[in-house]
Amino acid sequence: MTDETPKPPAEDTPAPVDETPERPSESTPEATAEEQQPADEKPAKPKLSDEEKAAKIAAAKAKAAAAKAAKEQEDAEPKPPWEEKPVPPEHADAADDPEVAALAAAVADSVLGADNYAGHVTVSIPRDKVLEVCRFLKDERKFAFLVDLTAVDWPEREEGRFDVVYWMHRFEDSKRLRLRALLPDSEPIASVTGVWKTANWMERETYDMFGILFDGHPALERILTWEGFNGHPLRKNFPVEGIDTGAAIYPDVYPPGGGPVRDEEVEPPPEKKKPEKATEATE
Amino acid sequence: MGLIEGRFDRNILTTSYDKLFNWARRSSLWPMQFGLACCAIEMMAVLDPRFDMARFGAEVFRGTPRQADLMIVSGTVTEKMAPMVKRLYDQMADPKWVIAMGSCATCGGPYKTYAVTQGVDRLVPVDVYIPGCPPRPEALLYGLMQLQRKIDRMTIARHRAS
Amino acid sequence: MSEQFPSLFDVEEMELSFGPQHPATHGVLRVQLKLDGEKILDAKPIIGYLHRGTEKLFETMAFPQCIPHTDRMDYLAAATNNQGFCVAMERLLGITIPPRAAYIRMILAELQRLASHLVWLATHAIDIGAITPFFYTFRERDAILDLFEEYCGARLTLNTIKIGGVPFDLPDGWVDRCSALVEGFPAHIDEYEELLTNNRIWKKRTIGIGVVSPEDAIEWGLTGPPLRGSGVEWDIRKVFPYDRYDEVDFVVPTGVNGDTYDRYLVRMEEMRQSCRIIRQCLDRLPDGPHMARAPKVLRAREGMIYGSVEAPKGELGYFIVTTEKSTQPYRCHVRPPSFINLQVLPEMVRGHLVADLVAVIGTLDIVLGEIDR
Repeated sequence: MTDETPKPPAEDTPAPVDETPERPSESTPEATAEEQQPADEKPAKPKLSDEEKAAKIAAAKAKAAAAKAAKEQEDAEPKPPWEEKPVPPEHADAADDPEVAALAAAVADSVLGADNYAGHVTVSIPRDKVLEVCRFLKDERKFAFLVDLTAVDWPEREEGRFDVVYWMHRFEDSKRLRLRALLPDSEPIASVTGVWKTANWMERETYDMFGILFDGHPALERILTWEGFNGHPLRKNFPVEGIDTGAAIYPDVYPPGGGPVRDEEVEPPPEKKKPEKATEATE
Repeated sequence: MGLIEGRFDRNILTTSYDKLFNWARRSSLWPMQFGLACCAIEMMAVLDPRFDMARFGAEVFRGTPRQADLMIVSGTVTEKMAPMVKRLYDQMADPKWVIAMGSCATCGGPYKTYAVTQGVDRLVPVDVYIPGCPPRPEALLYGLMQLQRKIDRMTIARHRAS
Repeated sequence: MSEQFPSLFDVEEMELSFGPQHPATHGVLRVQLKLDGEKILDAKPIIGYLHRGTEKLFETMAFPQCIPHTDRMDYLAAATNNQGFCVAMERLLGITIPPRAAYIRMILAELQRLASHLVWLATHAIDIGAITPFFYTFRERDAILDLFEEYCGARLTLNTIKIGGVPFDLPDGWVDRCSALVEGFPAHIDEYEELLTNNRIWKKRTIGIGVVSPEDAIEWGLTGPPLRGSGVEWDIRKVFPYDRYDEVDFVVPTGVNGDTYDRYLVRMEEMRQSCRIIRQCLDRLPDGPHMARAPKVLRAREGMIYGSVEAPKGELGYFIVTTEKSTQPYRCHVRPPSFINLQVLPEMVRGHLVADLVAVIGTLDIVLGEIDR
């Protein structure tokens, strides 16, 4: 582990006793009391004249300045990057990326924004242009390999709750590109299984986890959860422990459900009218 | 077996009988292949030359539950798999035992989520629980030996209701 | 093998559910088969029997807490899962790892690749009927797991690659023991090859089975040995090097025909290349810290990142979305190679026999923990 405190410069004389601000964190109350006792005793010794005091202060200041200069010199020396404090990358606009420019030129109104973060370019596209854009990228720009397809849920966002994300790869120069389409809740989006066959199961999984419908998918059904499962697990309003509907093993006894039985109490039934009647009766 | 079980109190005939049958049962436990997840790999490691399970007579992992008498539930039991676990347990013939191997089978493990059954004992009665994530092969062997000790306590004599 | 039945006879289809509890399905995979006698007309893999909700759990945990959960996805290659997550997180947070950490990570990842391929060989051979390699390979695998246990305390779910480097430095003598293992390993690979490679039965069971053309492989998104077995030379370690893989020399083996036999040869050669990488890393192991100077509480900036590594099964990627100043991933999606490789199963087995289905499942090298997450 790297040492965080700066190394103190080589000192000829011990640190002056009454100038405790040089090492504030190390001095404990007892230590300062002890240090101050000699300091208190010092005025009992022969009093320093003003010039001597000024000389001592000047010497201490010069020492502090020398120490600071040495530290700055040490900092100026290049430190290896793993000893520096890590700095996350910045977002940069990627409108001048060749792929983005080609896409904007070929398919009208397709590029709503392009972002370059940590070397990866993400292009925001409108959801009705998804199929056109993907076909263009695959056929003209040779992005023959769909790496993955998934979605992100932003429940607070009004323009579109889901971000359907596609990222694709080109073998010739190993370039990757990411697409992002905003999608409101319960609206379908075009399926890209016609463009890349591998999108089949990826879209099924996205449907299963988020409830996003893909138009044109050959067989859109649940893939990871079981038949009779209620809900879409990766939506933000679905609890991690699942919805308490009783065991799903005996469907003729319990209603089909979405999860294990929780240990906590079942939610209380909705309030009945009785308390109001009681108050009316007492009145 | 059904004719003489539970009819006599403990006497020298039943204890000799017990000794013989319990010895036979515990020395030839035939597990059913029921590896679900990571613990299945440690279960496979128990079969390898170092942690030999063959010396316990439990080397033959049967593919079908009809021929097996031990179900080692190794791995996470999900809600989707739960009906299969129950069905396979029902298909096994008596006497049968269940070892819940690993923390997912014991109590759901690190997964307290919508899709995981919190312990296989919600589905089938478990005889031995082996904690660990995954338990070392030696731990599985220790659990197997505990099961063997449990089998040694079986008796055909009449059980005195206490 | 795929004879044409005369059209005079009425063909009655049989539906058979292969799994989820089956010795040869490598976990809980169910394949719904439409059979005409022994010939497969259609196969539909049904997964989800090990779906544990890992991606949902990621959203509730801090970044370092996610690492043990990544172990349990591809449980045969736990170090690579950890490494993938850490590579993605380090890109997100802008952390550079020290060279010693990079070399230790490479050694662990390549040892893990060896261990995973040994299990693949054992189970693939057992499925086809050869039980002997299981005992040989697990003997070596136990030796590798001993090294892991000495390093981090766990055999299988290692949880040993952290964001910023590795948590422990190598123990005394570990380097010597690892060198001894790696020196003796190619002889063991020769042993396995002696059992199988020129074996007539093995060749008959694997040559021509499950053929995937290179165009199909790219179309279906295959990665890893299934893609390389079809002739496409593509390895993340060479194309997007992470962790100083650009400083070590190794060859990426590719196949020719895209059948099961070629994929088998590709994986055997990958094992030899892994030994080569480990030897180079051990020779050149630099001194220095084993962990970068990262803050104790990791806070990310708002953004999306995708980081991938070459797992033994293929390209394992992590897609992490974070919000401003968050300590937890907002969304962490895993791109599992086995999930995407399994999609091509119906194409590979149509027209083959049920016994070939077993060989094909083995050659795709799937791990259900990764498929279902």
